[in-house]
Amino acid sequence: MDQTTVIVGASHAAAQAVESLRREGFGGRLLLVGDEPHLPYQRPPLSKKYLSGELERERLWLKPRSFYESHGVELKLGRRAIALDAAAQSVTLDDGAALAYDQLLLATGSRPRPLDAPGADLGGVHYLRSIADVDGIRAELGPGRRIVIVGAGYIGLECAASCAKLGHDVTVLEMAERVMSRVVAPEMSAFYSEEHAAHGVKIHCDTMVAALEGDGRVREVVCRDGSRYPADLVIVGIGIVPNVELARAAGIACDNGIAVDGHCRTSDAAVYAIGDCCSHPSPRYGRRIRLESVDNAFEQAKTAAANMCGRETVHDRVPWFWSDQYELKLQIVGLAQGYDRVVLRGDPSGKAFSCCYLRGRELLAVDCVNQARDFMAGKKVIAERPAMDLDRLADPAIPLREAV
Amino acid sequence: MPRIIFIEPDGTRREVQATVGLSVMETALQHGIRGIVATCGGACACSTCHAYVDGTWLARLDEPDELELGTLQQAPDVRPNSRLTCQVPVTAELDGLTVRVPAHQA
Repeated sequence: MDQTTVIVGASHAAAQAVESLRREGFGGRLLLVGDEPHLPYQRPPLSKKYLSGELERERLWLKPRSFYESHGVELKLGRRAIALDAAAQSVTLDDGAALAYDQLLLATGSRPRPLDAPGADLGGVHYLRSIADVDGIRAELGPGRRIVIVGAGYIGLECAASCAKLGHDVTVLEMAERVMSRVVAPEMSAFYSEEHAAHGVKIHCDTMVAALEGDGRVREVVCRDGSRYPADLVIVGIGIVPNVELARAAGIACDNGIAVDGHCRTSDAAVYAIGDCCSHPSPRYGRRIRLESVDNAFEQAKTAAANMCGRETVHDRVPWFWSDQYELKLQIVGLAQGYDRVVLRGDPSGKAFSCCYLRGRELLAVDCVNQARDFMAGKKVIAERPAMDLDRLADPAIPLREAV
Repeated sequence: MPRIIFIEPDGTRREVQATVGLSVMETALQHGIRGIVATCGGACACSTCHAYVDGTWLARLDEPDELELGTLQQAPDVRPNSRLTCQVPVTAELDGLTVRVPAHQA
């Protein structure tokens, strides 16, 4: 009898899973459930070229509609999965439909962390995760708006760059002592702060939002230190929260996300999870990690599909990320956590340099600014884990691969 | 509409109609060309849309910029006619452009 696989979530991981499941030979019924009305689309451009208006919506689709037809996928878009009965192997949708499955793939993603402050529900307060979010922001972007962005992580800073490019008056409020503090070294934070300042963006660190004030619509952001920032629009980018509720309510183990093993399998043998929503054990880092990245979504989709089709594979990759701000292409490979020294390759003032993170002589991660060579080489070096020669590493004239 | 010919990793020839203004990579995705993955969606941040440009077509494309060259340099199985297809815009003049998808991207 034909097997049925249900995929819940319809973003990067899900789209790749469709392709990979068919490629691995899955010939059964395949259903794709997504709570947004759109075909699976690229999220990274949302805070960049889609926000700035340089990319039309149709160019965001990961695959054309014909792909889902040719891959025999029943699309259930605009439908939210509201309950999972793991014992009965059934998912219930918000229209009451119950989908029985033999295997379930959870690609439920994540949602923006809500700002916990009075007034956060005022009009004009936005988050940035979906097409609808950006359309909402763009609808309110008249000429010369005063935009206050809460959070100086990737999303906040990309947003700031896009809004500054459009000519708006942009202020960024960050509670940590420097921008992108969770992921980069102080040298990188300083470089990016200067770049934003040069584009007229005002960044205030060590600044915690106390309340948003307005009359139905936000007018002012009030901070704990008493400072006030007038705002026509507020965009909150303070991290994301994995969507684990469906799994957790069904009794599936969660640990900073839906907990999966190296095969992307959850504590329920018929249920797999991939992408932002799950955490996996990393042999490389010796701990459980949850990655918020497109590459991870794609790769876990491939791993899960293989295992769901009976071909055992283990997910263990060097993670990588990117961020576009102004003319700066930041490419990050590896996870820097646990580093004890930083080596710069090149001079930040030239706007093309790399920041290498090491523990002892092992290269853990590299942040590359307009320096794609180091990024690509870094992927290989980090995977191979050779002992680095720190003097050679500091010489940008020596290829990174040869700094061992 | 210019035609673009993709040779997939297994040798399958796919001739498709391309839209001027999109990139060759986007054209490939629209038509489900095997091996053009484009993880980063055209941000020139990976090399998963790498392809070899056939014959005399290479010289008729704009030169790759530093970013593309830097990415390509370390890409697997790079050759003199390697390009990142996300960095090649489709123009009317490219009617008949032929690109081959590397075997390792299958």
